[in-house]
Amino acid sequence: MTRAASPGTRAPRGFVAVGVLAAAFLALPVLGLILRAPWGDAFERLGRDGVADAVRTSAVCATASTFVALVLGVPLAWLLAQGRIPGRSLIRAIVLVPLLLPPLVSGIGLLSVLGRRGMVGRLLDRWFGVTLPFTTAGVVVAVSFVALPFVVITMESGFRSLDRRLGAAAATLGADPGSVVRTVTLPLVAPSLAAGTALAWARSLGEFGATITFAGNLPGRTQTLPLATFLALETDLDQAVLLSMLLLIPTIVVLVLLRDRWQGLS
Amino acid sequence: MTLHFDGTIDRRRFTLEACFTCEPGETIALVGPNGSGKTTALQLMAGLLRMTAGRLSIDGEELDAPDRGTWVPPERRKVGVVFQDLLLFPHLSIRDNVAYGPRRRGSSAAGAGAVADTWLERLGVAALAREKPRSLSGGQAQRVALARALATDPRLLLLDEPLSALDAATRLEIRCELHRHLLDFDGYAVLVAHDVVDVLVLADRVVVLDDGCVAQIASPDELERHPRTRYAAALVGTNLLQGRRHGTRIELAGGVEIAAPGPGADGPVDVVVPPRAVTIMAAELPPEPGSWQAPLAGMEAAGDEVRVRVGGPVPLVARVTLDGLHELHLSPGAPVHVRVDPATITVFGEPTQPVDALSAPVRRRVPASPGGT
Repeated sequence: MTRAASPGTRAPRGFVAVGVLAAAFLALPVLGLILRAPWGDAFERLGRDGVADAVRTSAVCATASTFVALVLGVPLAWLLAQGRIPGRSLIRAIVLVPLLLPPLVSGIGLLSVLGRRGMVGRLLDRWFGVTLPFTTAGVVVAVSFVALPFVVITMESGFRSLDRRLGAAAATLGADPGSVVRTVTLPLVAPSLAAGTALAWARSLGEFGATITFAGNLPGRTQTLPLATFLALETDLDQAVLLSMLLLIPTIVVLVLLRDRWQGLS
Repeated sequence: MTLHFDGTIDRRRFTLEACFTCEPGETIALVGPNGSGKTTALQLMAGLLRMTAGRLSIDGEELDAPDRGTWVPPERRKVGVVFQDLLLFPHLSIRDNVAYGPRRRGSSAAGAGAVADTWLERLGVAALAREKPRSLSGGQAQRVALARALATDPRLLLLDEPLSALDAATRLEIRCELHRHLLDFDGYAVLVAHDVVDVLVLADRVVVLDDGCVAQIASPDELERHPRTRYAAALVGTNLLQGRRHGTRIELAGGVEIAAPGPGADGPVDVVVPPRAVTIMAAELPPEPGSWQAPLAGMEAAGDEVRVRVGGPVPLVARVTLDGLHELHLSPGAPVHVRVDPATITVFGEPTQPVDALSAPVRRRVPASPGGT
C-alpha cells in the first residue's frame, strides 16, 4: 500500500533515522536466526530423538486449539457485535485478559482451576476421572486459552462491519436465523474468519509459558516445539536455533497470507 | 381474501397506528413525510418488526396478533420485499441471489436455479446471471432485486421506494416495467413512494400517513382532486387551505378572506387552490380587491416556469412564467400582493362523509398522545 505524500506532511527531524533503527531492530533477530542456523547438518539434527514428536505434538495441539478457539470464539464475537447483551464492556475486557496476562500467570491460573485439586479440576477428576494437567489435552486447554482472544477480536470487528440489514433481507426470503448465519453472515465474514484462524494458529504454535506451567514438558505428550527448543538451548545452541527456524517458517507463511488483512484488524 | 392491517407499534420516539386493507391484485401506495411511519408499516408487514397491539392478516391467516400471542416470523410469511437499498447479497452471483429465496423455501438447488433463470429472463437481465451485484448498474440491480422478491412467489409484495436510487431515464424505464409486473401480480402489493408520478402510475389506492396516523385513504384521482393534508397537496402539486365558510365568503387564517366559487353550507371547509389559480403582483402596484399582502418565501425553477412560494398566515405556491418573474422584481422576504381566482379553486365542506367510499374506516390517534416525529 503506497500513498502519495500529501503536501505539508514532512517528517519531523530524526524520525527517519529512528524509524530505520526500529525496523532494523525488528528484522535483525530474524536475520540472525537464518544466518546462525546450522544448515550443514540440518537433516541429521532434525532426525534426532524428540524432534519429530515435538513437531507432531505442536501441530496437533495448535490445530486442535485453533478449532476450540473458533468454536468458542465465533458465537461470543457475534453476541458482542450485536450489542444487546448486558455487561458487554466487562466481557470484552475479560476477553483481553489472556492477551495481556503473562502466559506463565495464565498457566498458574489454569492450574488453580483445572488442576487436580483445583475448583473445577477436582470435580472433573471425581466425576469423570479426567485429569487435564500434564496431558496432551491439557496443552490444548492452555493454548486455547491464550489463542481465544485473537478469534474473538478479529471476528467481532468482522461481524461489526457487516450490513445487518442483509440478514433481514435473507429472513424475508425464507432464511431462519441459523440459515442467515450459514448462508449470509459467515460467507461475508470469511476474510475475518481466515485472519482470526491464522492468528490463533500462529499464536498457538508458539505458546510456551502457559503450556509448560499447566501441562509440563513431557516428551511425546506435552513437549511442544517451543518447549523442545527451550530444552535444547541448555545443551546445544545450534539445535535450538534450528528448531527456532521451524517455528519461524509458519510465522512467515501466516504473515504472507495476511499481508493485506492487517489494516482491517483493530 | 384480503390483507388486513390494523395495528399499533410503540417505538422509542414514535408511534404508528394505522388501519387499511388491500385486495388481491391491488397496489397500495404509502405516502407521507419522512418519519410518518411508511417504512415502519412495511417492516411490520414483512415481520421485521412486531406490533405492540392490533392485527395483521393475509387471506384470513393471522401473521401478527399480539393479543392472541400470534406472530409468524418473516421466513414463514409469503412476503417478497424490494428494499430501498436493494440489499442484494454481495457474495453471491446474480443467479444465486434470485435462487436464494426458492432454495431457502425448500426447492432443490436445480429447481431454485431454474426459477431464478425464469425470473432473470422475465426481467431482461438473464445475461447478468454470473455477475456479482457490485458490477451492476442501478437499473440492473433494481431489476435483480425485483426478480429476487418475486421468485419466492409471494402473496404480499413490499416495495420500499423502489425507484428512488435511479437516474431519470432509468427511472422511467423501470417504472413502466414495474407497472407491467404489478398488473400481472395477483397478490397484494404495498409500495412506499415519494414521487407523485410513481403514485399515480403504479398505485390503485393511496394511504397518506401523517405523524404515525392514517390521514387519508383515496384513489389517485381522488387524491389529486382533494388532498387532505399539506403533504399530500404538495405531493400532487397543489395547495390545501383550511377555512370557514360564511355564505359567499371563505375566511382563511389570519383574517384573509376569499370569494367562494359557488353555493354551499356554512362551516369548516377545505380549499384546494391549484398554483395556476394564484396571482402574484408586485408590492408597488395598488392592491386589487380580494388580494392580501404576504412575504415571498422561496422560488424554484420548474421547466419554463417558476414555483413561487409565499408565506404569511396563508402559505401558497404559485406558478409564474419567467417573463412574469422578471416583471415582478421579486426579492426574498419582500412583500407581494397575492390573489386567488375563485373560478379555479375547489371547496370541500367539512366534515365530509367517510374519507373515501373505497376506504376502510380511518382512525385518528388520540390528540393527547405524546411523541411523534
